[in-house]
Amino acid sequence: MMPQPRPWPYAIEFDQVERIDCDVLVVGGGAAGCMAASGAAESGARVVVLEKAATVASGASGSGSDHWESAATNPCSKITPEELTDAMIRAHDGFNNGISHYIETREGWDRLLDIEAARGKIRDTDDDFAGAPFRDEKTKLLFAYDYDNRFNIRVWGQTFKHAQLRSAKRKGVKFVERTMATALLTEGGRHGARVIGAMAINGRTGKCVVIRAKATVLCTSRPTRIWLFIPGAPGISEFRPPQCTGDAHAMSWRIGAEFTMLEKAIKAEWSGNRSFPPYGAGNNHNSWYACTMVDAEGREVPWLDRDGSELATVDERYRPAPGQKFFLKGGGEPDIPVYEFQGPETLSVDDLMARGYKLPLYADLSKMPEAERRVIWGVMIGNEGKTKIPIMKNYTDRGFDPSKHRLQSYGDGWKSGAFLPQERQFFGLPGGLMNDWTLMTNVEGLFAAGDALFASNCYGHACATGHYAGRHAAAYASRVGDVTLHEPQVEAERSKLYAPLRQAKGVSWHELNFAITRLMQHHCGAFKTDQLLMRGLDALAAMERDDASRLTGQNPHDLIRIHETRNILTTAQIVLHSCLARKAGSKALHFTRLDSPDIDPPEWNKFVTVRDSGSGVAVGEKPLDYYGNLPDNYERHNRDYIDRRSKT
Amino acid sequence: MSEPVMAVPDPMVFTPIIIDDDLCIGCNLCVLVCQADLFLPHPEKGGAPTVFYGGECWYEGSCVDHCPVPGAITLNTQLFNRVHWEESTPS
Ligand SMILES: Cc1cc2nc3c(=O)[nH]c(=O)nc-3n(C[C@H](O)[C@H](O)[C@H](O)COP(=O)(O)OP(=O)(O)OC[C@H]3O[C@@H](n4cnc5c(N)ncnc54)[C@H](O)[C@@H]3O)c2cc1C
Repeated sequence: MMPQPRPWPYAIEFDQVERIDCDVLVVGGGAAGCMAASGAAESGARVVVLEKAATVASGASGSGSDHWESAATNPCSKITPEELTDAMIRAHDGFNNGISHYIETREGWDRLLDIEAARGKIRDTDDDFAGAPFRDEKTKLLFAYDYDNRFNIRVWGQTFKHAQLRSAKRKGVKFVERTMATALLTEGGRHGARVIGAMAINGRTGKCVVIRAKATVLCTSRPTRIWLFIPGAPGISEFRPPQCTGDAHAMSWRIGAEFTMLEKAIKAEWSGNRSFPPYGAGNNHNSWYACTMVDAEGREVPWLDRDGSELATVDERYRPAPGQKFFLKGGGEPDIPVYEFQGPETLSVDDLMARGYKLPLYADLSKMPEAERRVIWGVMIGNEGKTKIPIMKNYTDRGFDPSKHRLQSYGDGWKSGAFLPQERQFFGLPGGLMNDWTLMTNVEGLFAAGDALFASNCYGHACATGHYAGRHAAAYASRVGDVTLHEPQVEAERSKLYAPLRQAKGVSWHELNFAITRLMQHHCGAFKTDQLLMRGLDALAAMERDDASRLTGQNPHDLIRIHETRNILTTAQIVLHSCLARKAGSKALHFTRLDSPDIDPPEWNKFVTVRDSGSGVAVGEKPLDYYGNLPDNYERHNRDYIDRRSKT
Repeated sequence: MSEPVMAVPDPMVFTPIIIDDDLCIGCNLCVLVCQADLFLPHPEKGGAPTVFYGGECWYEGSCVDHCPVPGAITLNTQLFNRVHWEESTPS
């Protein structure tokens, strides 16, 4: 039933301005943001977090996560940070963030211990899995995927946001919630100048918040709804939460921040109208790795190692192939496995059909050893994001019993659906903000962490880079003197916040967002050409001029959605500029050009960067190994941290 | 601003969340945790919140997870997203 219009239930504060001062401002209180705040506060900084939702349950893993990847320094790992980062880089043909993933492999375990110290659950302390092949009896850690090498840890991620929030608050961090950052403020209000604060708006009262900060860390994750929008159900347009619209991308682009790899968008894998609920249909990846699959007649689907040899036992699905040292989860990126790091996998659907298997397929936990069944349905599905209630509780309430039932599969592998080639998505390791060894962007005073960084993904990566960026931002803040806001810039940004309220008749954010996605599917779909991309840019510019200026809303909630949609429009333009700047196809970037037959010519084996120079788009480049020697550079930039850890 | 500020709902195609008004104690924990901020609290203390911007639901279930009263709030999977299961065959 449709609710009726009613008076707005919260006090309206459109005419009020709250001013806040701090050393380090963290934008976004998800996995990375909470850790950035803690890292900065531990270094003695006064820290403020702006969070659009409620921190305790916000972000991609606000409702949980079930595994912590790449904890190479945990006491059971047989792989070093160097080996693991090297594998991650090579599994993506070099198109990866060497700095951020080295931080992930080197410090991820430290962050997991921080979370445990704040009462996050990371061990099987009740001995529920004593004796299981994935358990280390001494540490009580449970591992996932490669049971020999033990660098991916199964966790009770439901407890993590609570723990992170508790820990940050204990360190004196101030959280300003239900408040969306809308613009970055710069020294003298100049384009490209040092960042000295941000503007924000409260989504319930409409109050304007102005923050003055010596350093700012962007932790608002990656953009969504650039190609995908479901009218009537925009909340499930994407795999990521609806309020994570990549606001930092748009805000920082407008002041001159540099991006890379945003030309990479893969054919969509997961979201509302084409796929079944994530982790909720029969599959054998991620949380469900390595579940037995069967066909319609109950015939077991063969598992193969990287050489195509059939695996005789369930246990072998969790072990490297003969002669292989270790395997990455799912062979790096599911679509383009790299032999050296490729893990076990089931026979492809095409091969199954050729061998007479009958559709549909099912995931059959009843055929798994008891401990594997319990750890998948209990620990993993009980703790993964978006699973505890929609899958575990609701299926159990409807009678699902993993020891008796098989769950239908609706697509190849974990995708649980079939998308069209022009339906693109930032999934896996998409592009984002370019970073240096302190996780600072090209703009002074502006840092980034988590999935806002280019080629970034995963909870452990977000926490590790968050803490790292937080402490480097604090160090930077301690070196700079007081900052003074440029009041005309504050006033101009404040006026933009409320413009949609003055627009009596106009366009709804739904309509504009849907139009952007249609436009992007047509001009920036599976195949790119300069002409198409330029036509797309013209069309987006017209939309910005003629339609975004007519966005209309009535209350603070509408204003939040409207400013998100403006950001989506800006990010779509960054994507088109990024695509235009890369003139040849690239397999690793899922980037195909019709006007250039070349795929991966050596001269394009580099990061292409784009930024708004203030007088047009500046295209730049960096070598794929711009980060240099990983351990040497890491140690040079983190002497204090290394010394402090070695003492504790 | 002279006009009263109004909340106007979006067209709702699905019913993502069902609140049982008899069980709900009006604690507003669901209102507090929802990422999409899709609920509006009841104007009177203790009243059940309204699912107002239902189209914005991400279906992650934090509202249900934080609710102190079993059954007071239910996450209602859309019909097109209902996954089928059946008895498995003997090994
Ligand atoms: C369903 C699901 C399950 C997952 N499971 C796992 C897993 O098991 N293991 C794993 O390693 N990874 C998992 N991931 C990925 C992992 O959750 C992300 O990589 C990680 O959360 C990224 O951290 P982040 O801080 O960059 O972004 P997020 O955690 O998404 O946080 C971003 C935050 O920014 C806030 N925000 C956005 N815009 C603004 C703004 N303008 N102003 C203020 N605040 C803003 C948001 O509200 C949010 O709190 C999963 C992802 C999903 C979606």
